[in-house]
Order: sequence, then structure tokens, then C-alpha cells
Amino acid sequence: MSEMSAPLPVGTTVMMERTGESMEEMYVNMGPQHPSTHGVLRLMLKLDGEYITDCVPYVGYLHRCHEKIGENRSYTQIIPYTDRLDYLASMSMNFGYVMSVERLMGLKVPERAEYMRVILAELQRIASHLLWLGTFGLDLGNFTIFIYCFREREMILDLFEAVSGQRLNYSFYRIGGMAMDFPETWVEDCRRFLEWFRPRLPEYDALLTDNILFQKRVQGVGVLPARTAVEYAASGPMLRGSGLRWDLRRNDPYSIYDRFEFDVPVYDSCDVWARYLVRRQEMAQSARIVEQALAQLPAGEIQAKVPKTIKPPAGQLYARSESPRGELGFYLISDGSPKPYRYKVRSPAFVNLSVLPEMLKGCLVADCVAVLGSVDIVLGEIDR
Amino acid sequence: MMTFADLVQSLYAFAMAWGIPYVVFALVVMAIQVGAVIGYISVAAMFLIWWERKISAHIQVRFGPMRVGGWHGWAQSIADGLKLLLKEDIIPRGADRVVFVLAPMVVFAASLAAYVTIPWAPGLIVRDLNIGILYMVSISSLTVVGIIMAGWSSNNKYSVLGAMRSAAQAVSYEVPMVVALLGPVMLAGSMRMGALVEAQAQGAWLGILPGWFVFPQILAFLIYFICALAECNRLPFDIPEAESELVAGFHVEYSGMRFAIFFLAEYANMFTVSAIATTMFLGGWHGPWITLPGLSPGLSQGLFGLAWFQVKCYFLIFVMMWLRWTLARLRVDQLMDFSWKVLLPLSFANLVITGWVLVAGTQILLMVLGVLFVVALAVGLAGRARGRAATGTARG
Repeated sequence: MSEMSAPLPVGTTVMMERTGESMEEMYVNMGPQHPSTHGVLRLMLKLDGEYITDCVPYVGYLHRCHEKIGENRSYTQIIPYTDRLDYLASMSMNFGYVMSVERLMGLKVPERAEYMRVILAELQRIASHLLWLGTFGLDLGNFTIFIYCFREREMILDLFEAVSGQRLNYSFYRIGGMAMDFPETWVEDCRRFLEWFRPRLPEYDALLTDNILFQKRVQGVGVLPARTAVEYAASGPMLRGSGLRWDLRRNDPYSIYDRFEFDVPVYDSCDVWARYLVRRQEMAQSARIVEQALAQLPAGEIQAKVPKTIKPPAGQLYARSESPRGELGFYLISDGSPKPYRYKVRSPAFVNLSVLPEMLKGCLVADCVAVLGSVDIVLGEIDR
Repeated sequence: MMTFADLVQSLYAFAMAWGIPYVVFALVVMAIQVGAVIGYISVAAMFLIWWERKISAHIQVRFGPMRVGGWHGWAQSIADGLKLLLKEDIIPRGADRVVFVLAPMVVFAASLAAYVTIPWAPGLIVRDLNIGILYMVSISSLTVVGIIMAGWSSNNKYSVLGAMRSAAQAVSYEVPMVVALLGPVMLAGSMRMGALVEAQAQGAWLGILPGWFVFPQILAFLIYFICALAECNRLPFDIPEAESELVAGFHVEYSGMRFAIFFLAEYANMFTVSAIATTMFLGGWHGPWITLPGLSPGLSQGLFGLAWFQVKCYFLIFVMMWLRWTLARLRVDQLMDFSWKVLLPLSFANLVITGWVLVAGTQILLMVLGVLFVVALAVGLAGRARGRAATGTARG
């Protein structure tokens, strides 16, 4: 075997320095081409038999200078770029960005547009969690749940297509409002979807939640104590799965989230199971919000009066919102010109991913995919 | 009564009358048998692959293959097989060439050899060895050697992990499997496949059920079936090839025809373990039959037996597929725990109770005990899963 003479893969030396060098252990390169790294993440694993002793995640394979490009585009032109951040939750990305610009300009958005934003963002949260649930099942060897989840996600994508003409990258939010109003029968279609969707959740429970094999795989695995989660600034379902009640829609209400009744699911077992349950419950809560928003949806304008060229006054601002993956922040510095002086994205998945080595230590290789799945990463947003 | 064995005998007499020496006759018969088995395996595996795709599709609200060949994509497997046959033969640079090439052959030979003692129908068996079941279990476990060879020779870390997992799994699951199979062997008093099937012909449990060993040996049947899943690397025990963890495990470096042979052997193995279960527990080729017009009773019983055997085998295979598309995968340590801490004690308990009951002579008791146990197990498991699901607290 020529293994000894082959050059060491990048990352091996980092781990050798960190946890010592030994010939008993094996270095395994997981990704960037691996079915369970959800894109192009590369994990360098140090294995003792099947046990993971160390892990270094490598990111950047999808880097495309998102923030630098933003500095060379007008505020409106950035919107389509935000689609490509978290491409599984483009609506939420749009939402976070336009909100930050509006706050910088001190702009008031019409009521109907606010409702539309909430409806679309919550539908997007359901779609994103569905995709997560499906791929998580796939990681654990259950293929069927994947197809079931995609069936429902497909319906949401159909709804989005009816609204925006796009199925993945919508660019539908505008600074000061929305691009278009809902099509004629859209609200009824959306209600019909919710009616179909509610009874599907117990179906997923029957397939996964109540299955003892599945429970055995996720309980007590990838433990993330609340303290560690806070120290690493994890957010979203990662934090709520560690027993901390922190949801920006509730704790720092933006848009019109203070008008809706919804629960913030919190589970305190700190493991993959808790994060699974949080996302599972959030789907039901999002459906609740959409239902209320549809009932209250007012008529009227969907676009505020904005100048042709958007020139926010000089100043800086950090605006955050709750994306399906956690706290999505946009930090803007304006010098009064049509382009931002500095445009920075606080990507929730990137921050959540940084906790991974903490959670993986002592796990088995099989747990690695479960834990990684429970972080719910999207490389488009991590690498930017 | 004329059976298939008699048919061979009459052919032999016919050959003798023509002055053909016995050696030639025996060789011809052997060649026909081997050809028939290989032909059967190939056709059955292709059918099973297509069938699995259709079953998984219908479980998942899809159609599966619909185009190739016209009717519900029946020719899909043939097309796939041809494609794999025409692919470039790739052997990785760092691989151990000899072992790499040998590995699929070992796997396929082992699964082929297991077909020798499958009792297809009355008298229709390649060799009715007096250690039939022992032979079958031991020869089919040789596939593990091929898997380890494949994993090691590929010179790939993922395949080594897969091969190690496979070895550990096979060692752990063969013990309870063999102990579970001892139950029916004790009831029948023989390890010969023919005798095992014959022993299930008479008697009726509770007066209505057929005399199959599955009723008094339900626990052994369940243990055997679980171990068989592990033996075939089927979900929830497919960790040697766990796609989402090890990409494809031991055969990650294989492509083209060599990969196809692994694939074929996997489906051939599924049939083998189902055939063992059918023979040992489900009464083999027994089932209701009528005399077909124009055929002797023996021959029509043989034909019906052939059909019944297939029906039972394919039913078990269907259950295996059903499980695969419903369950999640176990973890390697849980797999070991389950085998050594749960299945092995249970199979020994089954062995002891069976022995005791045989001495006491009340087999009905065994059946009642078995049913009670399985019901308790099912209720307990379901309750536990529900209980766990409810432990988390959602606060609003």
C-alpha cells in the first residue's frame, strides 16, 4: 500500500498538533463529495476505530465574494444576490435584507406588504424545514420520509411560483414593499395547502418520531449544552434544542410578528433529538402563523413610495431576523451613496457549524451524519 | 406417486437403455442443474431489482420505472444489466489487483453454492444433503470473506470501514441465527432439508392451522428473520454499505460488471435466506393442491409445490423490502448490543424451552408461550416509543 508515502491531506497537520499524532488513528476526509455533507462541506475526521476523536470542518468551496460584490451594487441590485445565500430559504433572506435597508432609510412598509412578507416567510420556513426533515431522514437511512417531505415542499414551491414566477430564487421582496400582489385565487390555494399539510405532520411522526430505531439513533447524540451553545453564539433551532427560549420573532419582534399567536418550541435534552423535535414543532407553528395572517390580510397598497435611486442617509445598522436556521443579520454601513460602503452578512448556519467539532467528539462515524444533519447547514450561506 | 426425483430416475433408466455410461449422464444432469440455478438466480435477481424499485416507488407515492420494455418498465433491469456489462472495467491504482478481482467472484460463488440444498418441490433439490441446513448457513456466511476482500483490496478508508463493520455484523448475527434454526431442527429431528419439509406436512396446530414450524417456533422465526436481514445487509442493518455514512461501504471502488455481481449476489442472498425461512418455518413447498388434468398426481403436487415455495419466498422478500423502505438504519454499536444482549439470550431461551417441551410432549404450550411473548414484545416496544416521543416539553 502506498498510503505512507502519499502526501497528507490538508487538515491532517492541524489535528496532529491539536490532539497529538498517533499511528493507531486514521484520518478520513469526509466531503466535499460525500452524500451527507449537504453540498460542498469538507470534514477532516480523526478516527479511532469508528470513534471520532477530532474534527475540523473546512468551508469555502462555494465562496463567491458575496459581501464584496454587495459593495459594488446598488441597494436594489443586492436583492437577487441574497437569494443565493440560503437558497433553501430565499424568501427569508430577501426579508432580512430589505428590512435592514428599510430601517436604515426609516421607511414604513404598507400593511398588506407586511402581511405578505410574513405569509411567504413562514411558508418558506415550512419548506425549508421539510427539506431538512427529508434529508435528515435520508442521512439516517430512511428514504421514504424524503419523498414524502418533497411532495409537500413541492406544493409550497408551486405556491411561490404562482406568486413570483420562480421556484427557488424568488427575489420577490422589494425595498419598501413587494414586487407584486398575490394572484387572484392564491389565498384560497394557500388555505387548501394548509388543510392538506396539517394531517401530514402526524404521518411524519408515525414514520420517524414514534419509531424506536429512529429514536435510538438521535437520543443522547451530539449533545450541545446550553452554555456551549451560547458561547459559540449558536442560534435558531440549535439554541432552542438546548433548552434556551430564544426566537427573534418573539424576543425581538420585527415586522408584524407581535400580532400573531404562536408557541416557541423548546426542548432541553440538548441532543439531536431535541433539535429534531424543535423543527418538527416549528412547522406546525409556522402553519398557525400563516393561517392567522391569511385571515387578517388587509387590502391596500403593497409598495411604499421610494425614490428611484435608493440612497440611505449615512450611518450604520445591524438588523436581524429569524431565518429557518437561526439569527440572520445584515450589517450595513452607508455613506449616503447609492451603494453600501460595507455590507456584511451574519450567517446563522456558519455560526452553528462552528459548534460541530464540540458536538462530534466521542461520536461514531454514523453519528457524524446525524449530528451534521441536525445543524441544518446550507453551504450557499456558509461560504457566501 | 411420481415426483421429480422419479422423473430423473426414469430419464436415467432411459439413458441406460441407450447405453450411455452413468458418468456422462451424471455430468449432464449436473451441468443442467448448475445452468438452471445460475439461470434462475439471474432472472430472479433481475426481477427482484425491478420489483424492489416498484415496491419502493409505490410506498413513496411514485411510479418507479415505467418506460423500458413497455409494461411498467419490466425491462429496466435488463437495460441496466446491459449498461453495466458495457462499462469500462476500472481497478483503482492503489488496489490489490488479484484480491480486488477475486472478491466479487467469492461473494457470488458463496451465494450460488447455497442454492444446492434449496428444496424447490418434492424431490426437486440439487443435493439433499444430510447436513442440509448446516451446509446452507455455513456456505452463505462465506460471502463475508468476499466482502472483507473487497473492502481491504480497494485501498479506500471507507471500504475498509464497511468491511470491518460487515465482519463484525456477520459474526454477531450468525450465532443467534444458528441457535434459532436449531428449534425446527429439534422438532423435525433432522438437518436434511427434505426431512424438515416432510416433518411439517402432518398435524395441524389447534386443529385449523397447518403443521408449519412457524407456529410453535414463532420466536425462533422472528429471530431468524431479523438475523437474515443483517446477513443480507438489508435495512435496518445495512451499515456495511450505509450510503449516507460510508457512501457505499465495501463496494465503493467497484464499477461496471464487478459491481453488478455484488448487486446480483445481494439479491441472490435475499432469496436464499427467504428459502431457508420458508423451508424451516413456513412448511416449504406444502400447500393445497389439486391434480391437474393430464398430469399424474405426483407431478401436479410437484408443480403446485414449486409454486407454493416461490409464493412463500417472495412474500418474505416483500416483507424485507417493505422494512427497508420504512425503517431507519441502526448504528454499529446498537447493532452489536441488539445481537449479543437481546437476540442471543432469546434464542437460547427458545432452545431450552423447545427441548423441555419436546420432552414433556406438549407442543401447544410452546405455541401459546411464543404468541404471548411476541404480543408482549410488540406492545412493550410501541408503548416505549410513544412514551419517549412525549418526554420533550414544548413551551410557548
